[in-house]
Formats: sequence, structure tokens, C-alpha cells
Amino acid sequence: MEIILSAAIGVLTASGVYLLLRPRTYQVIIGLSLLSYAVNLFIFSMGRLRVNAPPILDPGGVGDLSRYTDPVPQALVLTAIVIGFAMTALFLVVLLASRGFTGTDHVDGREQRSD
Amino acid sequence: MTDWLHHLMILPILLPLMVGAAMIPIDERNRMAKGVMGFVSTLALFVLSMVLMRASASTEGFLAGTSVYQLGNWPAPFGIVLVLDRLSALMLCLTSGLALAAQVYSIARWHTAGHHFHSLFQLLIAGLNGAFLTGDLFNLFVFFEIMLAASYGLLLHGSGPLRVKAGLHYVAINLAASSLFLIGVSLIYGATGTLNMADLAVELASISPENRQMVEVGAGVLGVAFLVKAGMWPLSFWLPTAYSAATPPVAAVFAVLTKVGIYVILRLSLLVFGANAGVSAGFGQTLLVVGGMLTIAFGAIGVLASQAMARLAAYSVLVSSGTLMAAIGLGHSSMIAGALFYLVSSTLTISAFFLLIELVERGRDAGADVLAVTMEAYGDADEDEEVDEAGAAIPGTMAVLGLCFCLCALLLAGLPPLSGFVAKFAILSGLFGLADPEAASAISAADWTYVTLLILSGLSAMIAMNRVGIRTFWASIENTEPRVFVIEIAPVVVLLGACIFLSLQAGPTMRYMQATADSLLDPSIYTQRVLRAPRVGGQ
Repeated sequence: MEIILSAAIGVLTASGVYLLLRPRTYQVIIGLSLLSYAVNLFIFSMGRLRVNAPPILDPGGVGDLSRYTDPVPQALVLTAIVIGFAMTALFLVVLLASRGFTGTDHVDGREQRSD
Repeated sequence: MTDWLHHLMILPILLPLMVGAAMIPIDERNRMAKGVMGFVSTLALFVLSMVLMRASASTEGFLAGTSVYQLGNWPAPFGIVLVLDRLSALMLCLTSGLALAAQVYSIARWHTAGHHFHSLFQLLIAGLNGAFLTGDLFNLFVFFEIMLAASYGLLLHGSGPLRVKAGLHYVAINLAASSLFLIGVSLIYGATGTLNMADLAVELASISPENRQMVEVGAGVLGVAFLVKAGMWPLSFWLPTAYSAATPPVAAVFAVLTKVGIYVILRLSLLVFGANAGVSAGFGQTLLVVGGMLTIAFGAIGVLASQAMARLAAYSVLVSSGTLMAAIGLGHSSMIAGALFYLVSSTLTISAFFLLIELVERGRDAGADVLAVTMEAYGDADEDEEVDEAGAAIPGTMAVLGLCFCLCALLLAGLPPLSGFVAKFAILSGLFGLADPEAASAISAADWTYVTLLILSGLSAMIAMNRVGIRTFWASIENTEPRVFVIEIAPVVVLLGACIFLSLQAGPTMRYMQATADSLLDPSIYTQRVLRAPRVGGQ
């Protein structure tokens, strides 16, 4: 499980960084989204991976810590997802404004000359 | 009564947050009403931060020294705490002072250039104040995002191709930096199991070697996120474009935005990687020194190379950041007080300069064009009336503007008798150990390089300001006098007046800064206060 998760984070980060460095605004926004997915998984994995362990206590009675997983990273991920989502939406608006002003989707607002 | 006063600590966050939210449903045509609301709120904040600064500087009474506010009444490592000490009070004061000046300035005309200016402005202040007050790493992230989200909106205020392009780059780089922030925070949590800064400082002293390595990696990644914000070379190429494209009141507040990065680096490097950190003490200092010096050099060259005044000001922001980073990195405890003085003085100067630039350039063609375009894009029928309401134009405009420009030049270059000189002198005297002859023996090559760069950066600022000043005031081709309103020049005069006040009251100010530096250099006070704070209602 650890290998699958770390491979997923690695692939997402690599593709995210690659796309982030591309010249088209659409590629940049997809790159940023992939990067934020990778980061969210990474935060989640920092609570250590546990199978069949709930993050909240059973009702009635103090439980045994070994049966539960760390709830803090899950709360952090939730916050990070919400903030990341809002920021992506905001970036989309700026992207569209830039497209409207310059008529191109190049990040510098003009096509690179091929000389 | 004392319990009630304790809640004053959270007001710098709550007040602008609520005022900003309350403004959103108000119709855009009532800009003046929004402006007045914003003004009252920032004025209240300014008074409040003065009260908090006095309180934290006192030794007894309410909120004396380092005080802790437990959100939800949860004790420190479990709940989120706000911490008010001399440093955060100082930063609150600086922020609200700048915000007040920019707010007044914007009411004259710039708030008409787009929508929701005043709401975004209040939210930006809420985010800034939160970042200065919080004692929790993840909460710091949240306040950073509030601040950044508002700053994206404010940078785009006024619209136009130039601002949208700068905004696109600014948003992209900050989103990437936020990802790094999260990676750093989660690595630190994964290794230590805490997000509380004070608890982290305590944990780090007794941590296993492999976990220590993970914390250091996390801190490094986290540091990169702050250095992007602070504009360290080579992470700073976005900064000059973004800052010079922003509208003047926005650029004036953005001057303090880079200082948030500096603040966090100063706070964390002295608290977590301070003298008590064992093996990790002084982590990342070499990088700060080298990066800071390169930033000074890059900024100084940029200052010399810039033709437009706004770019000159933006590069001055880099010089100021670089000076502070290297001063923190050199790690002489005697330099911290001078660096804090420099932080306040340079931020006030650069803000005043950003506000002044637009007034000076208004009579010239380039500035007028930009303004005309934005007015065209967003202009309403009632534009002219509002401009007339703002107040009468002042006589002898050029004389006043010229005087303000001279003061800015003296402050930026660090020439006597103003506070720019006092600040640099304080840093250098700390470095050479004038106050403490025993420390003077250990001046290294890095120190000499720093001294050279600091003085050369002042020279480059002087040359650039001279050139621009001569071109603008003496050899101007068009002889049109810009129409400047009293409420536009007043904020500039007040900010510069604050610098003059700092120069006159340099003694008491330096004593405050020295006490601040002393409390930073002894992190045990901070950690004890945070971790042993009693809950409200006993226990």
C-alpha cells in the first residue's frame, strides 16, 4: 500500500510540475490542480497509513489508541482541499481575463517568436 | 474586567474580517459609505494596535509581555493559540499604520477603478494580522491564504492587460509556493506530531536523529515558501512586475506583504532553530546569508537599471528584503534590534514612495494614460462628481511633491539625518559590536561583504533617485502641474512624518527594538508562556 501511495504522489507531482512549466495557461492550471492533489495525498500520508482504523472515537467510552488513526492530518487535508479548490477557481477567472485581454492563451500574453 | 480585556487580542483579526464581510452586500455605488466604513475600521485597528503595543511593552498589567489567547479555551499543544508579544505587536502597528494611509489615499480616486476594493482591503488586513498573531503552523497557512486571496483581488484592481498579466504570474507562483508550504508543514507534523510553534521548539530539543532530519527537510521546504513571499533571489522575478503594476494604494500595502515572509523566518529561526535547538541550532543560516546578499545585489542593480519610478520602488523592496534576510542569517544577536528598526523604517519609506509616484507621474503622459484606460473600463457617470468631492487641489503642488521626493531619496539611500541612516547605522554598529567590544573580534569575511553590499545598495539608490528626480522635477518636458488633492498628499506626508519621528525618537525606539530582540533571543519565555498558559475558568 505504501508503494502504491508513494508512486501515486510521485507521478502526480511529476506531471504537475511538468505542466506548471508549460507555456499555456490551461496546462498551468491543470498542473497546479495535479500538484494540489499530490500535496493533499502527501498530508494524508503524514498521519501514517492504517487500514480499518477510524479517526474518531467510538461513542461511549475511551478507546484504545492503537485502534484509531490520527485525525489531525485528515482535518488538515479537508482545509487544504477547500482552499486549493477556491484558489483554482480564482486562477481560472484570471486566466479567462488574460485570454480576453490578449487574445492568446500563452502565459506571457503573446506568442513566442520563432527566431 | 481583565478577562474581558484579554479579548482585545483577537480583535485585530475579527474586526477587519467582519467589516470586510459586511461591506460585500452594500451596493458598489455607495463607495463613499464603504470608504468611510473602511477608514473607521482601520483607524480603530491602528488605535488598538497602539494599545496592544504599549501593553506588551509593559512589565505588568493586562497583556504584559508575551500573552496567549486560547481559541475555544483549549490548552496549547491541542488547540490553536494566538500569541501577542513585542514583535507581533510591532508588526500589527506597522500594518495598520500603512493600511490607514493607503485607505485614505484610495478614497480620493483609486477605489473607483474596480469593484469591492474596500472589502478586499479589509480582508487583506485580517489575513496579515492573523499571520502575525498566530502561534500555530497550520493556522499560519490559513491566514496566509486569506491574505493571498485578498491580494490577488487587489493586484487585479483596476484591471487592464498589464495588471492581468502580472496577476496571472503572481497567482501561479503563490499557488505553487502554497503547495510547498503544505508539504513543509505536513513533514514537520509527521516527524514531531505537533503544529504548535512553541511545542515544536520544545520537541526539537529531544528528537531522534532520523526524525530530526525529517523536521529539517520540512523546515527547508517551508522556508522556500516564505522566501518566495519575501522575494529572495532567485525566487523574486515575479515581484518587480507585480508591484509596479499594482495600483498605488495596493502597492503601498504590498510593501508589508514581503515583510510577512521576513517576520515568519525571523520568528521561526529564532524560536525553533534558536540557541536551545541542540544540533539544529542555526539551521539554514548560510542559505539566508548568501541568498540575502544576492538579493541585495540583484535589487541594487535593478534599482540602477529601472527607468520607471514604480519599478525602482519595487526593486527597493528587494533591497530591503535582502538586507533583512542577510541580517537574520548572519546570526549576530546584536544585529537583530537594528534589523527590526530597519524593517519598520524601510517599509514606511517604500510605502510612502509608492503612493508618491502616482502623484508625481500624474502630470506626465505615461501615468495619465493608464489612469484613462482604467477609468474607461470601469468608469461610471458619477465619476467626476466624486473626484470633485474629494477636496480642493493644493497650491504649490510641485514644491510639496519635490520635498517629499527628496525625503524618500534620503530615506531609501540611508543618508543622515533621517531614519534610513539610523537604521543602517544600528545594524552596522551591532555587527561591529560597538556596544559590546568583546564581540568585535569575530568579524568574518561574510560580515565584510554584507557591509560593502549594504553601503553600495545605498549608493545605487541615491544615484537612481537623483537621476529620476532630475528628469521629473527639473528637466520635465511638459510643464503641466499635476492636480493633487489634499487627502492624497496627506498620507504620504504622514508616512514620511512617521520616518522623521522615528529619527527624532531613535533612542526610545531602539530601546523597544532591543527589548524585542532580547525576548526573541530567549525563546524559553515564549514557549513557557504558551505551553503553561492557564485555561479561562481555572484548571
